Amino acid sequence: MTVHNLYIFSRNGQLLFYTEWNRLNKSGMTQEEEAKLMYGMLFSIKSFVNKISPLDPKEGFLYYKTSKYTLYCFETVSGLKFVLNTDNGAQNVRELLQQIYSQVYVEFVVKNPLCQLNQPIQSELFRTKLDELIKKSPIYLNRSL
Amino acid sequence: MSRGGTRLDTKKVNSELFTLTYGALVAQLLKDYENVEDVNKQLERMGYNMGIRLIEDFLARTGSGRCYDFRDTAEKIQSAFKIYLGVTPTITNWNAAGDEFSLCFESNPLTEFVELPDNCLHLKYCNLLTGVLRGACEMVQMEIAAWFVQDQLKNDNITEVRIKFVKRLEDAIPAGED
Repeated sequence: MTVHNLYIFSRNGQLLFYTEWNRLNKSGMTQEEEAKLMYGMLFSIKSFVNKISPLDPKEGFLYYKTSKYTLYCFETVSGLKFVLNTDNGAQNVRELLQQIYSQVYVEFVVKNPLCQLNQPIQSELFRTKLDELIKKSPIYLNRSL
Repeated sequence: MSRGGTRLDTKKVNSELFTLTYGALVAQLLKDYENVEDVNKQLERMGYNMGIRLIEDFLARTGSGRCYDFRDTAEKIQSAFKIYLGVTPTITNWNAAGDEFSLCFESNPLTEFVELPDNCLHLKYCNLLTGVLRGACEMVQMEIAAWFVQDQLKNDNITEVRIKFVKRLEDAIPAGED
């Protein structure tokens, strides 16, 4: 099992943070373009899922899966989006995303007055804590791909 | 740096320390601005800046989802007061349309050792709270207005904050390519 990469988007679609652990395939575009593409897709999927849903969608879009990887999207009520790519076998990824939000983002960005909200996250402490949390998680098991 | 693992056991702060720190803040603002109206405005602004951050902590801590209606919102605001100030205000005086209600405080930790001098009759001592409410609600797509209608500091029996739903803010659409 493994964790590939993570995107964090602000409520108005700005990329706040990107980091990767095991990513073998590059998208061949700049990070900025890639983030726009990703956010645009999430936005479309979200409205598609909510419109097409035969029942009250409640949480709406949760994840999609391809033959090689799974993309999980966790959106907070305040509109932040945490997007994590993992392999197909990963379990309890939503829990992990919730932890990233409550134990890392809130603690080291929201509670750090020097971190502007809605601006790309520069904090080294945030990066370190995030890395620790991911590497501690059972989902992250570094095996050679 | 032991902040990492100890998230859920909230650090408790002595409420007297908090009360006095807030008092020092208000006193400093009065010194800086001289004009009471400016102090009210400044307190609201500071509250707003606190609210937009505080909401993230509230959401992470309670894991609460979107509000179904404004009554649901009122209950969540009530529970937030319990978490952050240790008081539970009562929700009363709904208007007929259901978009306006009051929060009534029997006691208010912010005003515990406070008496307003005569030259500060128009000071809204706790105006920070209205800013916090507005900022927090704005981050969850709700525009509200909040103001004080009764204040124990002005010899009313209770402190009453009126909250009015203004409008729903729409989801932001990503900026187009062009």
